[in-house]
Amino acid sequence: MAKESKPIQMGRNRGMGPRPKLDHPMKTFLRLMKYSYGRYPIPSIIVFVCIIFSTLVQIRGMLFLQVLIDDYIAPLKEMANPDFSGLLQMMTKIAILFAAAGISTFVYNKIMIYIAQGTMKRLRIDLFTHMEKLPIRYFDTHSHGDIMSVYTNDIDTTRQMIAQSIVQLVASLVTIVGTFIGLIKLSPRLTLVSVVMIGVMFFVTRIIAGKSSRYFVAQQKNLGAVNGYIEEMLEGQKVVKVFCREEICKDEFNVLNEELYHTASNAGKLINILGPVNGQLGNLSFVLVSIVGGFFAINGIGGFSIGALGSYLTLNKSVNMPIMQISQQFNTIVMALAGADRVFKLLDEEVETDDGYVTLVNAVNENGVIKESEKRTGLWAWKHYHKADDTTTYEELKGNVVLDDVDFGYTEEKMVLHNIDIFAKPGQKIAFVGSTGAGKTTITNLINRFYDIQDGKIRYDGINVNKIKKADLRRSLGMVLQDTHLFTGTVMENIRYGKLDATDEEVYAAAKLANAHGFIERLPQGYNTVLKGDGSSLSQGQRQLLSIARAAIADPPVLILDEATSSIDTRTEKLVQEGMDKLMSGRTTFVIAHRLSTVKNSDCIMVLEGGRIVERGTHDELIAQKGRYYRLYTGNTESA
Amino acid sequence: MFSTLIKHVKGYTKASILTPLFMVLEVIFETIIPICMGKIVTFGIEGNNGAGDMDYILKMGGIMTVLVILAFVSGILGAVYGSVASTGLAKNLRRDMYKNIQTFSFSNIDKFSTAGLITRMTTDVTNVQNAYQMLLRLAFRAPVSMIFAMIMSYLVSVKIANIYLVAVIFLSIGLGIIMLNARKYFTRVFEKYDDLNETIQENVNAIRVVKAFVREDYESEELKKAAGNIYKMFVKAENVVIWNSPLMQFTMYTTMIIISWIGAHMVISNELDTGSLLTLFTYCLNILGNLMMVSFIFVMLTLSAASAKRIAEVLDENPALSNPENPVFDVKDGSVQFKDVCFSYKKDGSGKNVLNNINLDIKSGETIGVIGGTGSAKTSLVNLIDRLYDVTEGEILVGGVNVKDYDMEALRNQVSVVLQKNVLFAGSIYDNLRWGNPEATEEECREACKLACADGFITAFPEGYETKIEQGGTNVSGGQKQRLCIARALLKKPKIIIFDDSTSAVDTATDANIRKALRDAIPGTTKFIIAQRISSVSDADRIIVMEDGEVNGFGTHDELLKNNDIYREVYESQTGANADFDEAKGGVD
Repeated sequence: MAKESKPIQMGRNRGMGPRPKLDHPMKTFLRLMKYSYGRYPIPSIIVFVCIIFSTLVQIRGMLFLQVLIDDYIAPLKEMANPDFSGLLQMMTKIAILFAAAGISTFVYNKIMIYIAQGTMKRLRIDLFTHMEKLPIRYFDTHSHGDIMSVYTNDIDTTRQMIAQSIVQLVASLVTIVGTFIGLIKLSPRLTLVSVVMIGVMFFVTRIIAGKSSRYFVAQQKNLGAVNGYIEEMLEGQKVVKVFCREEICKDEFNVLNEELYHTASNAGKLINILGPVNGQLGNLSFVLVSIVGGFFAINGIGGFSIGALGSYLTLNKSVNMPIMQISQQFNTIVMALAGADRVFKLLDEEVETDDGYVTLVNAVNENGVIKESEKRTGLWAWKHYHKADDTTTYEELKGNVVLDDVDFGYTEEKMVLHNIDIFAKPGQKIAFVGSTGAGKTTITNLINRFYDIQDGKIRYDGINVNKIKKADLRRSLGMVLQDTHLFTGTVMENIRYGKLDATDEEVYAAAKLANAHGFIERLPQGYNTVLKGDGSSLSQGQRQLLSIARAAIADPPVLILDEATSSIDTRTEKLVQEGMDKLMSGRTTFVIAHRLSTVKNSDCIMVLEGGRIVERGTHDELIAQKGRYYRLYTGNTESA
Repeated sequence: MFSTLIKHVKGYTKASILTPLFMVLEVIFETIIPICMGKIVTFGIEGNNGAGDMDYILKMGGIMTVLVILAFVSGILGAVYGSVASTGLAKNLRRDMYKNIQTFSFSNIDKFSTAGLITRMTTDVTNVQNAYQMLLRLAFRAPVSMIFAMIMSYLVSVKIANIYLVAVIFLSIGLGIIMLNARKYFTRVFEKYDDLNETIQENVNAIRVVKAFVREDYESEELKKAAGNIYKMFVKAENVVIWNSPLMQFTMYTTMIIISWIGAHMVISNELDTGSLLTLFTYCLNILGNLMMVSFIFVMLTLSAASAKRIAEVLDENPALSNPENPVFDVKDGSVQFKDVCFSYKKDGSGKNVLNNINLDIKSGETIGVIGGTGSAKTSLVNLIDRLYDVTEGEILVGGVNVKDYDMEALRNQVSVVLQKNVLFAGSIYDNLRWGNPEATEEECREACKLACADGFITAFPEGYETKIEQGGTNVSGGQKQRLCIARALLKKPKIIIFDDSTSAVDTATDANIRKALRDAIPGTTKFIIAQRISSVSDADRIIVMEDGEVNGFGTHDELLKNNDIYREVYESQTGANADFDEAKGGVD
């Protein structure tokens, strides 16, 4: 599938729709402020000061009109030979002030880039680093779409807030306060008129917003229905074609589409009305002030002059703008806080705990005594420190795995594995068979401690796995999973994933062992072919071969294999099979088996059913028992 | 592209014309208000020889109030029509896209990919809807407001209006340069940004691999590098944009100072009255503010252009297949002939042929097995029979008639395919089965399910046939899903039925039961069975062995065992040590 370039989302319900509910808006807000601006105290203060300065100058610029008319133009007009030097002086001062404001605007904008983008960078890194440490349980219990949405949508709204909303909020507040001071200074009486009008604006806005939220809920619901229909039906579009259902689908879709149109257009009408309503209320305020102000000016009430009226009108107009902006920003901030809340939730998610202290070290065997070695020796040992008597022992890594009466459930209430006993000696092959949901995959998740068991013990070379450092435990276990996942990068890099410092020769050797060398050589750029989108350019079988090579290069003493069940063509399957066999030889292997040959060649077969081992033994023994295994083997399952 | 979209405004043309009209009216009324204010100053406050004229003030005040009301009404109407027009366009686009997609052949669907079509019908439509609303409500309003204010300025004072003109030109050039540069940088940044998110997605999906190989730290380091690069690119792009507000402020302040200076001189020399100077100041803010708005709208519109383009692509796509002029509606029997058939997925002949020189003659009622490796074009072969794709060369006859001469619906009703990647839909089991035949009785549904060996597990569900299937059929197992799909296809009562690897998740015994049931119940129907398992095809009348897009062998099981190397190899590998073991091949654990 060709990569769809994603459209840049714009106007995504910004400032509309029902507001999300927040538990601790203030707490989240403060935490976000600390996380963003808090890390840049001095630049933040500079930004703050610059915003205030440039906003105040803007207000000053409007008041300047009064000074110009009343103090200069009016007196000069009376003079026979007007002297402009005073005016020139005043204008020079203003020009300098304006220039300073321009510079400070530039400065805070510039600093904001670094604060906002720096925060974004840190947030991405923190989120990702933290996420990598989360236990598998987190990924199994959260939808991957939701996790991704934190990185895309939530980070995006958070950036909006840090970079724009906060700045605008500060500027708006300063404008409101400054303008009000200016208004009161010009005429306290007229200010009353303005305040009343602002009150009316707030009131009307609240009524309309309240009314519209009902429509928005309906709109979101219908939008969800339409999008859901589109997704489901387009996923099955080929089936629609095969069954000639086109007309029926069109009709069904049109019904949903019409419903969406009705609610959407109604919701849109109400939101759109807000603009002209507020705008004209602002104009009405302008008219009222003109009349009342004109009256004051004529009668000289409160020493009100023409210049003052001019300035007042300009200021009065400019007080409406920030108020509207704040009400708009308010919704954005609430949305951003909801996003930030999810971001922090992920950051607060508890990481995988690791109390293990037994580590894996390189070792040498000197006359039967295992000693730690600095160099890579090929011989590995568990370094086990015993606190009780302050001694350190070394145990050779052999691959002896024992499960002793293990119980496990993904939740405390529901156990999925019961009394599991398994003894695997080094080099032995243990096969798990059983129907879907019998618990085969679950057992393999316990050995590498993707999940921790509720009861019983798992021992690795005689050491309780809980005592082994997770990283070292996993390093000693190779995994080939049923769903192969490859990463964006070259084939070489993908194999090297198993051992980051592997030489090219080691990569080739691993690929040969996995039977992958042949097809890799035939790729357009050989080992340097770049894989994208989870290796989508390769066939399922080829991807499996690569994942075998990746496990082979790590060269672990114990293997956990989940044989693929999906249809691969017979020839590749043969290659995969051989690759797997070569990989398994000489290693302790736990295999979720689907192939008869694998099962037959196993040292011990565990037949699982309902989370219990119901039969165990070699192929011949189990056939002789004529039990569950026998029925599975003969394919006679429906009657079972 | 835009001409394509504009056609779909149909039904909302009136709203689309009225919206900008009312928005412009609103702006005109709004722009007259400052003039009245200036008159209040000149003739009201300063009038009557400086004593003031309250009557005049009230008169003008009345006029202004009327103007406000007119602006209010226009604004409301503009708002209402704007919403109707934009949501209406969105509705039409969705409807028309969906309509066109219904005519798409498989090759059209492949071209866009399912995910691509979904994005186009959802996110892209929303983007265009927002952009259209902005276009109607603001794209006319802002320039008109600016031009109107400009004209009014000229009426008041040519000298000062000329200064505005210079300011406007200066600011537009400046903004233009910034926007062009910013767009260039941002397009690149967003590409990189998508790449970064893809890396994260990859990590989320492959977290078991990451953890199994203990690569958490390594991945984090890699991401740090990538995040650092994005940071640098964003900073670079934003450094272009930040020139916006200082430039705006610079222009505005400079203009204000210049008109103050010149205005003062003019008022003093009685070239201009004080009220007019106040009016001019108001216009100054209006003009420059609207210019900013125009540049903003321009950026938003170019951003949505990509969405518009993607939508237009779907709307302009012509279905690759069409019905013949005098179609044949009657499919005589289930015989199939391939005559020198070649096929390539690329219509223009640039691609490699996936099928070469296929010649087959299959009699009505035969059971034909198809076997071969991945990429040997088994699926391509059978997809040609019910004309899901058209052959590149040669011809295919069904019931003795070229498939291109049939009415497509008639043909597909007689040739039923159980697709490899099959889908169930949200709804009850009955609902899903009735896709095959909307009029099927419950009895017929059960009958079909019995043939497909599905009746057993369906009746075991607490709600039986009324059981609700979830979207995509996620609440039934792979094998159950396949059996339901088979039953659905059987309800069509077709003359030819094609099973494209449709029992891969069903255990061998059930698989054999299904085949036996079909053999007994619908002996007259031609059956094609594509399979990986040799046991699924070995009892067919004849078996086609596909290899690299060619028929490598065609004969009975025994003949092929004797004469065909590939068939023998597959047979041996599957009956020997590599045979399947477990019951639920392809099942999900």
